[in-house]
Amino acid sequence: MKNVLGIINLHEHEELLSTLTGHRPLAALPFGGRFRLIDFILSNMVNSGIHTVGVLTKHRFRSLIDHLRSGKEWDLARKQDGLFILPPPDHIHYSNSIYKGDLEFFYNNLDFIRKSSQEYILIAGSQIVCNINFNDAFRFHLERGADITLLYKTERPQPGRTFTMATLLNLDEDGRVADMEIKPGQIAGGNIGMEMLIVAKTRLVEIIQDCVARGQFDFTKEGIIRNLRRYRIYAYPYSGYMARIDSVQSFYRANLDLLKPEIWESLFSQDEPIYTKVRDEAPAQYCEDAAVRNSLVANGCIIEGRVENSLLFRGVRIARGAVVRDSIIMQDSIIQSNATLDNVICDKEVCISSGKRLSGDANFVMVIDKRRVV
Amino acid sequence: MRKDCAAMVLAGGQGSRLGVLTKKLAKPAIPFGGKYRLIDFTLSNCYHSGIDTVGVLTQYQPLELHSYIGSGSHWDLDRMKGGVYILPPFVQASGGIWYAGTAHAIYQNMSFIEQFNPAYLLVLSGDHIYKMDYSLMLDFHKASQADATIAVIQVPRKEARRFGIMNTAPDGRIVEFEEKPKVPKNNLASMGVYIFTLDVLKRYLEQDDKDSASSHDFGKNVIPAMLAGGQKMMAYRFDGYWKDVGTLESLWEANMDLLSDTPGLDLHDAKWRISSTNPSWPPHLVMDTGKIVRSLVSVGCRIAGEVNHSVLFSGVKVGRGAVVRNSVVMPDAEIGPGAYVDKAIIGPGAVVGPGSMIGGETTANQEEVKVTVLGERVAIPAKEVVSSGSILE
Repeated sequence: MKNVLGIINLHEHEELLSTLTGHRPLAALPFGGRFRLIDFILSNMVNSGIHTVGVLTKHRFRSLIDHLRSGKEWDLARKQDGLFILPPPDHIHYSNSIYKGDLEFFYNNLDFIRKSSQEYILIAGSQIVCNINFNDAFRFHLERGADITLLYKTERPQPGRTFTMATLLNLDEDGRVADMEIKPGQIAGGNIGMEMLIVAKTRLVEIIQDCVARGQFDFTKEGIIRNLRRYRIYAYPYSGYMARIDSVQSFYRANLDLLKPEIWESLFSQDEPIYTKVRDEAPAQYCEDAAVRNSLVANGCIIEGRVENSLLFRGVRIARGAVVRDSIIMQDSIIQSNATLDNVICDKEVCISSGKRLSGDANFVMVIDKRRVV
Repeated sequence: MRKDCAAMVLAGGQGSRLGVLTKKLAKPAIPFGGKYRLIDFTLSNCYHSGIDTVGVLTQYQPLELHSYIGSGSHWDLDRMKGGVYILPPFVQASGGIWYAGTAHAIYQNMSFIEQFNPAYLLVLSGDHIYKMDYSLMLDFHKASQADATIAVIQVPRKEARRFGIMNTAPDGRIVEFEEKPKVPKNNLASMGVYIFTLDVLKRYLEQDDKDSASSHDFGKNVIPAMLAGGQKMMAYRFDGYWKDVGTLESLWEANMDLLSDTPGLDLHDAKWRISSTNPSWPPHLVMDTGKIVRSLVSVGCRIAGEVNHSVLFSGVKVGRGAVVRNSVVMPDAEIGPGAYVDKAIIGPGAVVGPGSMIGGETTANQEEVKVTVLGERVAIPAKEVVSSGSILE
């Protein structure tokens, strides 16, 4: 895959996650006790043998850049190649500028794409959580002689699970995309696009220039859907575990999915690990009165209370007598003595004071925003 | 490029009393505390003390230690000017020689030290567990215009004979040094942390090198020679937690020290983090049948059994119905379903078969039960009994 350049496109639908993405892009959303969403796609690219990755930013990317820095943790701090942050066009910073679409941002970074030594490009978002090696999909792309290969997964409906603003594919027998639509509402299943595609560099440059020249700025709608007849667009089926983070509810659900040992093991293989920015934390400390079951616990936690069906991120404190059930507690949050939480997501550095009782519902989880003291 | 102070870390020791654990591993590389190796403490102390030039003297079984230290980036010691240097013995025009003793190891690397031409040289051991700010000791050394300053800690009287004991005048000046005295006059033990004014040290190292009767050791030869030569030698009192784990029993004990609700060594201190490599594991998973109390558990573990008063390193599996008590379980070891492990050190990658019993002897005085040790990758079949105090490799 050294002939493939990775581009992580941060232009994603995050409307239904605004309580969690108010101050960070979706890609920087904490996930799974120690990761951020972007870790999955970055690690997948690196584990597949891609060693040049550009991150196409959109807005509010301070926390993301803080997370990525030199790219060293993903083995992307290189003398040549490695990690590149692709900034937005200058006029985006003016208050009267209107967001037109991701192609404007691609166009702004056309030099980076043209200059790269790779002939193929893998473009992907950050909202899909999975552990995938792209070599099979790349081979598929070459064998079919495709102009564009989209990755998708056939998802059967599951109770309580929906996909929001998902790309739905209709395929002919050959695997060629016959039709494609972005479903505005929520759907239960189907051939769900993974917001990942492979394209030759020359073809990508052509699409960007053609679209921008006609005042078209939406990659999926105008770069792909409009061109379904013009280009050979194929779809590669992925069959492993995947979660699509497109709403608070799907975020909550995907985190709790990790408590199933078979999902934990398939997502976090030691041969193809998910890398992340590290922090020197001591192992989690369980005290005399700790009672923890069916939970995921990161390093740096100190637990004196009860934790069930929950995820604790790095550096969380659960004081004596506190009870945390069906909840997600992000980095450095403190749950003081005798507080009780049910179906709650605490963002980073939240403090729940002694004796408080907070509860959401399994179908409508309560979100406490960053640094809030309750 | 002149540095005020450079550090040399003695990391070549075998730690022979640690037996199976140091068969293929230098003592400073021994796993400790659920995620660390012993040398992490010294290197992290250097970083936090603002010492950015560190030579690590290796000799015994250095492969794993060398690859662990790597470029030093895990301790932020990969620097443009300075940083961490691994210094094994080397061959010279006159022939090759092993490091004969601690002082000899430093003397052999004098040209390395001279590159940075520091005014002061900090000499450390790579296998002690403690958090110490060397910059405060350096300030003390400078203020007292000493030629050498030796860090000391109070040890229990009855254990004093295991250490190098400093007899001091009321102003802290060292008047006598006794290596492992039969009848200690004092309980101030040397921690193996020295600061020397480099010009003075150089003179004594040169003399020592010429003395064929010398065993070229700091404690045995160089420090007594400096005292005899009338150099100003000061003792620097340290009050924190400090441990030199010489034996399997004391390694086990130092791990258990971490498990009280308020341990002597605080690993959660955000101002003095102990750095180490961080394996790419997800957080650990406590399953429905899992139960953990009074323990340290690291990333990547899968716990379906009961863990009580134990230290679990990364990637450890504890099967359903298994019980792990008073034990240290090193990376990637596996405790099979229904197994029982008590007062044991389970080496990296070791496997305890289902229903097996490791240790677990019960007597009137539980403290007398010996630690059971399984070496690296030892595999115990199902339903086996390994009696307390056994050491298997």
